[in-house]
This record gives sequence, C-alpha cells and structure tokens, in this order.
Amino acid sequence: MTAPILQIKDITKSYGKKEVLKGVSLDVNRGDLKILIGPSGAGKSTFLQCINFLVRPDKGQIWLNGKEVRCEHRRNLYAYRQKIGMIFQDFNLFDHLTALENVRIGMVKVKGIPKEEAGQRAELELERVGLKDHMHKYPAQLSGGQKQRVSIARALAMDPEVMLLDEPTSALDPELIGEVHAVIRDLGSNGMTMIMATHQIAFASLLASEIVFMEDGKIVETGTPDKIFNDAEHSRTREFCSKITDLYGER
Amino acid sequence: MDTWLYLRLEAFPALLRGFLVSIQLIVPSAVSGLVIGILVGVLRVYGKSVIKALADSYVVLFRGIPLVIQLFIWYFGLPYFKIYLSPFTASVLGFSLCSGAYHSEYIRGALLSIKRGQTLAAESLGFNTVQMITSVILPQAIRRALPGCGNEIIYLIKYSSLAYMITCIELTGEGKILASLSFRFTEIFLVIGVCYLVMTSLASFILARLEGFLSIPGFEQQRT
Repeated sequence: MTAPILQIKDITKSYGKKEVLKGVSLDVNRGDLKILIGPSGAGKSTFLQCINFLVRPDKGQIWLNGKEVRCEHRRNLYAYRQKIGMIFQDFNLFDHLTALENVRIGMVKVKGIPKEEAGQRAELELERVGLKDHMHKYPAQLSGGQKQRVSIARALAMDPEVMLLDEPTSALDPELIGEVHAVIRDLGSNGMTMIMATHQIAFASLLASEIVFMEDGKIVETGTPDKIFNDAEHSRTREFCSKITDLYGER
Repeated sequence: MDTWLYLRLEAFPALLRGFLVSIQLIVPSAVSGLVIGILVGVLRVYGKSVIKALADSYVVLFRGIPLVIQLFIWYFGLPYFKIYLSPFTASVLGFSLCSGAYHSEYIRGALLSIKRGQTLAAESLGFNTVQMITSVILPQAIRRALPGCGNEIIYLIKYSSLAYMITCIELTGEGKILASLSFRFTEIFLVIGVCYLVMTSLASFILARLEGFLSIPGFEQQRT
C-alpha cells in the first residue's frame, strides 16, 4: 500500500464565534476522486479552500507526498499551491486576459517558463478541453461552460498533483453541465487525483472512488457511492441523499 | 496700435513662450502624478498597517492643504532648510505630489472594485502578492480608474496656472505681465482661456483614445 498523496489532519476553522470546520481529516490516494457532498453551510467550500490555504486553517496539518506543508513560509506556500489546482464555482478567470493568456500567465509569472513555450503548452491544454477555436476570446465572450473549461485548462497547465473542484458546475445552465463533466471525467480517467464538492449526485456516483458526506463542519460518513447512496449508516446521510436525488433526478 | 496688431506682434510671442512652459510643467507632472497615485493607491489597499497609515496621511496632507500653500512651502519654505528649488522644479514637485494624492483615490476605488475571486484565482496558481497586484489586479483596476484619472489630469492642466505664483512664468504668468503692461485684460485673458481650452480638449481626446486602446470585452466604458 502506497502512502497517501495528500493527508489532511484535523482542520479547524472559525469565523468569529462560528465554527465552520470542527476537525476535518481526509486521506487522499493517488488517482482518487473524492466527492464532498452535504448541505450548504456544511463547510465543503471552506474545507477545500483550507487545503490550499486560500483560507488559513486555525489548526490542523497537511502533508503532500509525506512532507508537511509549512504554510508560514511564503515560498513553501507558493510552491505548494502550484501543485494543487483549484477550480471555483464562479470560474474566476482573469477578466482582462484572453483564454490563452489566462492559461499562460501562471506558467510565465509563477514558473518562469518563456512566453512562447508557455503559449504552446497553453494551446495544447485548451485543445484538450476543446476550446482551441476560442483561445483568443475574452472571458466576457465565453459561455459559462467554456469559462469553466478554460479555468480547468489554466489549472492543468501548472501540472498539479491534486485538483480541488468547488462545485464546478453549480453556476452553469443545465445544458452546459455536460461539457464540463466530460472534461472532469477525462481527467479522472487519466489518473488525476481530485477532491470535488458537488450536488450532481448522478455524476458523483458514477465516478467517485469515495463519497464524503459533510454536515455542520464535520465529516459524518465516508464510503463508496453504492454504500452512501443505498446503504448509509447515518440517518442524516440517508435523509440528505434522498432529498438531493429528488432534486437532481434519478441516478 | 490696433488690437490685432498688438496681439500678433507682442502678445502671441510671449504667450507662445508661456504656453510651452506650461506644457513642460504639465507633462512631467501628469506622468509622475499618475505613477505616485498608482503606487500610493496600491499601498493604501494592500500595504501593511504602518505603510498604509503613511500613505493615508500623505493623501490627507496633500489633498487637504491648498495647492498654492503647498507651492509656497516648496519654494519659499524649503530654503529655510537650506534646500533651494528652482521655480520650475518646485512647481513640478508640488503638482506631482498633489496630483498623486488625488489619483491614489481613484486607483484605490478601482482596486477595491476588483472581485475577490480574481485574487483567489491568482493565489491558487501560486502567485505571490507582488505578482498578483502587477499582473492581475492593476491591469484591471487601471482600466476602471482611467476616467477618474483623466479627470484629474484635466484639473492639473488648469491648476498648472498657479505656477506663476512662485515666479515660474508660464502661460498665465506671461498673460498677467502682458495685461498689466498694456491694460488689454479682456483680449489677453480671452486668448489664454482659449489656450487652456485647447490643452484640455487635446488631453480629453488623447484620454478617450487611450481608453479605446485599452478597452477589452468586459471592460468597455459605458457610452450613451
């Protein structure tokens, strides 16, 4: 058994008096696709943002490839973040840059790759997500689904070891969800390690190596999709799953 | 001597000389004012507490004290500390610092209008703070701040006329001398008024072209 690529131990986070995360731990193996589900306010987003320190956890430790991440040293933090790709619910493309420039800028500014070489790589990544024809368009000229695919290409261009996806399809029109799911499915079959928060139960149960049910800042239950959706131990998990299945259709 | 002849033979050469001095005052002041404004604006938003407080107090000081007084201090006050500035240098210094204080306010507003998601995305890619500000935040903020900063540059063109108060004889100064010699106040100051109008119109035109040049989808200025 190989060591987990990412180990997260006992993350806590409070905003004022409100405890958003009450000690969350998760081990992720290479190639895993962990799906976080749970009601809104459960702390899924905060948890994902704590993993790459966009939100500083109050307590807790993270190891990448067995090495503890010391986020108090800025240089370590910046190096670590390059290895953790992040996809946001509302895309967060750089609005003043074209699709190509969005994908290229991280390579040029952070990794110091020459502009031309980075440009070629960016084209390749955009081709991979099916957007080669749109690479000179600005975010304002792209549809939501296209924007999200650009943001995936942007993250991939940094050669991440783990990808965090924070409800990547929640801001999309239903007919655009498919194109983003296709890209994520591709990533999974190429062996990318991912942690994704989503409400798309059907998609989750198809691809997840493990479902993690979170509620009230804690992990309530983890298990295979089959176990969580059909045979959950906790009544809260069953309740949530039946509600969300009603909402998002049959699996 | 009839008016036209007077204007042509005596007034215009002097006014042209003044006009050129005005341009020499305005251009460097506008450029350095903008640079100071961007720098101070960034420090006011992203600076750590002490630096932020310093930047804030710079703005309070230079926006709060009348420009003439500032010019007097640079020109008449500094010699007290054995620092002697030429009228021209004192004027450019005064204009730049005053203009920078105003620019910083436009820049600050624009910086604050950039969505949090932009910084999150930059941080998640491993950008450090300086990289994030220079290559993600400022290019967007400057586009947003441009109309306001343009406004400040138009103001600068007009308040450059204060330079003659510290004996830097520019357009207004030349006019004042001409008028007090010839008593043709109306004609002289009408011509000067037109000169300033030409300068401000030219500046507006250049700024509009610049806005157009920098315009990208999603950042267009709303035009009616």
